[in-house]
Amino acid sequence: MKMFRQIGAVTAMNFRSLPQRVSTSLVVVIGIAGVVAVLVSVLAMSTGLIRTMETTGREDRAIVMRNGSVAETSSALDRNSVRLIVDGAGIKRDEKGEPILSAENFRILMLHKKADDAEISVILRGVGPRLLEVRPELKIVEGRMFQPAVAEVIVGKSAHAQFKGLNVGDVVRSRGANWTVVGVFETAGDAHESSLITDAETLNSIDQRGAFQSVTALLESPSAFQTFKDSLSANPALAVDVVREREYYRQQSKTMTTIISVIAYVVGGIMAVGAVFAALNTMYSAVSARLQEIATLRALGFGSTAMVMSVLAEALVLALIGGVIGALLAWAFFNGNTVSTLGGAGGLGQLVFELSVSPQLMILGVVWACVIGVLGGLFPALRAARLPVAMALRAV
Amino acid sequence: MTALVTLRNVTKSYVRGKQKVEVLHGVDLTIETGEFLALMGPSGSGKTTLLNLVAGLDQPTSGEVLVAGDRIDQLSRGSLSDWRARHIGFIFQFYNLLPVLTAEANVEVPLLLTNLSKAERRRRVQVALELVGLAERARHKPNELSGGQQQRVAIARAIVSDPTLLVCDEPTGDLDRQNAEEIMNLLQALNRSQNKTIVMVTHDPKAAEYASRELHLDKGLLTNDTRRAA
Ligand SMILES: Nc1ncnc2c1ncn2[C@@H]1O[C@H](COP(=O)(O)OP(=O)(O)OP(=O)(O)O)[C@@H](O)[C@H]1O
Ligand SMILES: [Mg+2]
Repeated sequence: MKMFRQIGAVTAMNFRSLPQRVSTSLVVVIGIAGVVAVLVSVLAMSTGLIRTMETTGREDRAIVMRNGSVAETSSALDRNSVRLIVDGAGIKRDEKGEPILSAENFRILMLHKKADDAEISVILRGVGPRLLEVRPELKIVEGRMFQPAVAEVIVGKSAHAQFKGLNVGDVVRSRGANWTVVGVFETAGDAHESSLITDAETLNSIDQRGAFQSVTALLESPSAFQTFKDSLSANPALAVDVVREREYYRQQSKTMTTIISVIAYVVGGIMAVGAVFAALNTMYSAVSARLQEIATLRALGFGSTAMVMSVLAEALVLALIGGVIGALLAWAFFNGNTVSTLGGAGGLGQLVFELSVSPQLMILGVVWACVIGVLGGLFPALRAARLPVAMALRAV
Repeated sequence: MTALVTLRNVTKSYVRGKQKVEVLHGVDLTIETGEFLALMGPSGSGKTTLLNLVAGLDQPTSGEVLVAGDRIDQLSRGSLSDWRARHIGFIFQFYNLLPVLTAEANVEVPLLLTNLSKAERRRRVQVALELVGLAERARHKPNELSGGQQQRVAIARAIVSDPTLLVCDEPTGDLDRQNAEEIMNLLQALNRSQNKTIVMVTHDPKAAEYASRELHLDKGLLTNDTRRAA
């Protein structure tokens, strides 16, 4: 109780003298705000990416690719393989016993961004006729569905927002074909919204290829996955890998999210070291400016703990203010902003996602700020505590 | 009369670089309760050093320091600061008020180390400020007060917790003659009517005349010791 009152009294006195130290204190606040803003907004990229990837894919869908393919890009399945996959156990079937799956292929289109005209590669995915049964989350929000056997595409909502020339009625030119945009779709915010979709057979006929890259199958239930996988592996005529769709997308985004997090922590860490030194400098000068006061209070009987705590409290409050400002800045400027990966993240093609400045991230930023504050305040605080009182009182 | 302060064969050395310099060479001294002692001597003779030892601000190199029944040379740093809060009232040459606090808040500072209620603290602050004649300046900041007034606020701060002993290092050293006289009258009144024991370091023979006892220190040794009849 007495200790708290001591700390409170000394801290209150420090704060009252703060106006005389505005500029040095501002350095700390601004420095820490910068660190937190950078850290939080870069991490917001990886949370946004993770969030997008986590909504992509379902537990009861499986992707089949050629044995050893890391991504759809490097996979190829001929028609014969597709015919064998169709017979796999565990696939959901309609009343007539027809399997609900989509044999898919894709090409890369080069499109121009609306923002800076940069040329970016975008996926044009060819899908099977049962697309809507395999992907019930796909909804046409504008225009209509493409027709098979004619060069028509539907474009994902994110792609539509990001790139030039993707309005309904526009024509997208690629090698061998002019694709007419007939609709815009959404898929509950997942990665497909960054791509264009058309009919797989149309795509194959245009460049006279007969192969597919992957088969996406709807399963009877999530637990039917193992049955499906086992039945395909048991077939000696097939050399394929089977992964759950959700797992596939998680794997694809892993490298990217790791890289972003590493960048966030490295850049944030370097800036944090700078901020610690700024805080050290500020708190040292705050303590030096008050050596007489500290010595006087110590003479009157105030303990050294009260001195340590009051200096730390001041550093912490400055850091907290900086941290909150930084987190709010990141939130105000970046939350909900869309960004896109450059080129392909694995087999995902160019991917558009929203930055997500979540409450957890903001708290993380403020925690960093507090750590910086405590580190910067600690040594000056110890100096205040170790001050030889009799000697300090002599120095006028 | 009872001894409030007893020093036995006290020495104090400072280490300056590689050299050890002895500043006090075996001082024996007894100060009784109710005394008003003026400690005089040339600059560098060790007056402040001696005062700091009596006030528990510093520890002797050897010898015993007994104040208010406690062997303070044996106390740890932490318990020494609690001890100072209970027993010592400080008056400094440059007042050492806290510039951001009003006069009354400055006077209240030592009471923050006690368990007194806010109302009781306020009452005591009021009494102390009245005693030094500054009740109407309670809300003023130090920089709005003259040197003499600041020193009176400092005296109020020194007496507000009713300490056993008042120590003053050149309390009039920064004041003009008239303000110095007012401060000395105040200290003398505190000694005579409140029976406060006071140890005061001063260069000024006129200030020393207000004391009941005059002690001279020369090159770390006590020389002249005179008591004045009240
Ligand atoms: N912390 C210290 N380290 C080294 N030497 C010191 C220290 N403090 C005091 N001294 C020396 O001890 C001697 C006595 O100092 P002290 O301050 O007690 O003298 P004083 O009588 O109070 O002088 P003044 O009248 O000038 O205030 C001086 O020579 C001084 O330089
Ligand atoms: Mg001195």
